[in-house]
Amino acid sequence: MSHALAFIETSASGEVRNTAAMLIAAASKLGTPVAVVVAAPGTGDALIAELGELGAAQVYVAETDQFGSVLVAPQLAALEAASAALQPSAIVLAHSIDGREIAGRLAVRLRTGLLVDVVDVRADGDVVVATHSVFGGAYTVEATVPGAGPAIVTVRQGAIDARAETASPTLTTQSITVDPASAAVIDEVHDAVVATDRPELRGATRVVSGGRGLGSQANFALVEQLADALGAAVGASRAAVDAGYVPQTSQVGQTGITVSPQLYVALGISGAIQHRAGMQTAKTIVAINKDADAPIFDIADFGIVGDVFTVVPQLIEALGKRE
Amino acid sequence: MKIIVLVKQVPDTWGERTLDTATGRLDRSASDAVIDEIDERALEVALQYKDGQDAEVVALSMGPSTVTEVLRKSLAMGADSALHVRDDALLGSDLSRTAAVLAAAITKSGFDLVIAGNEATDGRGGVIPAMIAEHLGVPSMTYLDTVEFAPGSISGVRGDEHGTVSVHASLPAVISVTEASAEARFPNFKGIMKAKKKPLDVWTLADLGLDDSGFAPSTVVTSTTERPARTAGKKIVDEGNAGNELAEFLAAGRLI
Ligand SMILES: Cc1cc2nc3c(=O)[nH]c(=O)nc-3n(C[C@H](O)[C@H](O)[C@H](O)COP(=O)(O)OP(=O)(O)OC[C@H]3O[C@@H](n4cnc5c(N)ncnc54)[C@H](O)[C@@H]3O)c2cc1C
Ligand SMILES: Nc1ncnc2c1ncn2[C@@H]1O[C@H](COP(=O)(O)O)[C@@H](O)[C@H]1O
Repeated sequence: MSHALAFIETSASGEVRNTAAMLIAAASKLGTPVAVVVAAPGTGDALIAELGELGAAQVYVAETDQFGSVLVAPQLAALEAASAALQPSAIVLAHSIDGREIAGRLAVRLRTGLLVDVVDVRADGDVVVATHSVFGGAYTVEATVPGAGPAIVTVRQGAIDARAETASPTLTTQSITVDPASAAVIDEVHDAVVATDRPELRGATRVVSGGRGLGSQANFALVEQLADALGAAVGASRAAVDAGYVPQTSQVGQTGITVSPQLYVALGISGAIQHRAGMQTAKTIVAINKDADAPIFDIADFGIVGDVFTVVPQLIEALGKRE
Repeated sequence: MKIIVLVKQVPDTWGERTLDTATGRLDRSASDAVIDEIDERALEVALQYKDGQDAEVVALSMGPSTVTEVLRKSLAMGADSALHVRDDALLGSDLSRTAAVLAAAITKSGFDLVIAGNEATDGRGGVIPAMIAEHLGVPSMTYLDTVEFAPGSISGVRGDEHGTVSVHASLPAVISVTEASAEARFPNFKGIMKAKKKPLDVWTLADLGLDDSGFAPSTVVTSTTERPARTAGKKIVDEGNAGNELAEFLAAGRLI
């Protein structure tokens, strides 16, 4: 079986990001999974156990003192080197901000095909087949890379639930340097403080989102209270983001995150087409809105025409009683 | 400073967008085509710099004949000139080809800075700017929430899934900007009148020194299926007990 590379993202301090499990699982469906990771000199060994746990048969560590100071170029060089050494049939990355930039440049550098934002992958003989979910899930499209080079695939974060079996990986360590003049330089990293133990929005099984109907940042706490009562992640409409109730990273929709949870609760959200594009594949949709004509009701399994400030507290109380 | 802004024509997100299930391609006749909102913001970033400094702003788009409207709007907003790459052989181009052709047009035109939208609303790829940067052999900084110009370099704040990163690069470079970057201006009457006299050049593959032979598609769509539309379920009007009813509904569906 040929190799399939999974590019592992890490934090500035070198911790493995949580997309690793999904990516190694995706790679294992396409070949022998090799985790490729960039690390500061001397820190790569520490990652082996964790990546083996996630199913990597081999760990390819590119060590460089440019880790954390040069934007994406070291990662690109690492994948280029690993690809030359292992001749993989596929290279999978997260469809993250960094993942896209690396994947795009890599596809041009290796002169090979690129399949982006895929929600599933499979191997059909030697051919990599990727599934895309297009226009907010309105269409499912399958595509392949016919050429000889490795197929480069970015996987939507949280889209693949499968996990690979634990392995005892072999280790390859390579040292790399890139020409800093041809790359962007990182001046400062501010990792957001993850304050709560609320589930992450991407890949969450339950989501409670709030819109402009919440009226203020202070009132948006109601959305968080319901989310906590349901063990759900918190999302928002673009109007709520624009009004500053919540950060942009909570935006669900066309230009935000696409979610596909078991339960989606929309509070004070009108359901504009661009919002629906990010949540209409949810299994069950619940909407509470004062306006009986709000378009969100067209796709809601359970719609309540009412005021969120009276309905939601009652709901939270009822949920509490059931526990 | 010469700034090239990449503007893409997309189906209006306000309407239903359809794929031709036989070819997997966008059915352009099924929806209104507009300039992607994110590219108006990219243009705005360039125009705000031009408002205060000496700069030439060129709007560049690759696409069918309807793209002219998008470029006219860019000119009306304030771009100095427009470039349209148009060739029947480009129909159904994939990411690799789009990036190669746009990079060839950028090279031919010459540039100090390329500004793109972070991701198009139709494909949601968000990879074209990086691919172009690789073709051009220059630094890229994608997904910038803010952009700061300095002589010979460009800096900004890039928001990612985990926080923010401050970055800078020397020029020439390619950047892409997010929804947080700049609210686009509306073209005014004077702008619209002036736009009529501004140059709008059309380039074919031959003008770019490219031919169709080297362009085997690097990706192939093998199937396209449409998901059945969602329908409305139960809808109640709150008469004082809706919160409790919703709790019942969630319990019945084993959602709590
Ligand atoms: C290119 C493009 C991309 C976009 N991308 C996105 C995206 O990713 N995500 C997104 O969400 N939007 C996106 N939008 C914006 C979208 O068109 C809408 O403007 C936005 O979704 C509206 O947010 P909203 O529903 O919170 O606000 P509104 O449309 O203002 O709706 C607020 C709702 O709250 C209800 N309400 C008010 N008070 C109460 C109350 N006390 N109790 C109950 N209900 C109440 C009102 O009846 C109303 O229906 C995009 C637009 C464009 C053009
Ligand atoms: N055909 C095109 N013509 C001009 N610009 C484009 C084209 N395709 C993509 N772009 C630019 O690249 C950005 C990101 O597009 P994408 O990578 O397709 O999501 C867009 O916002 C545009 O700025």
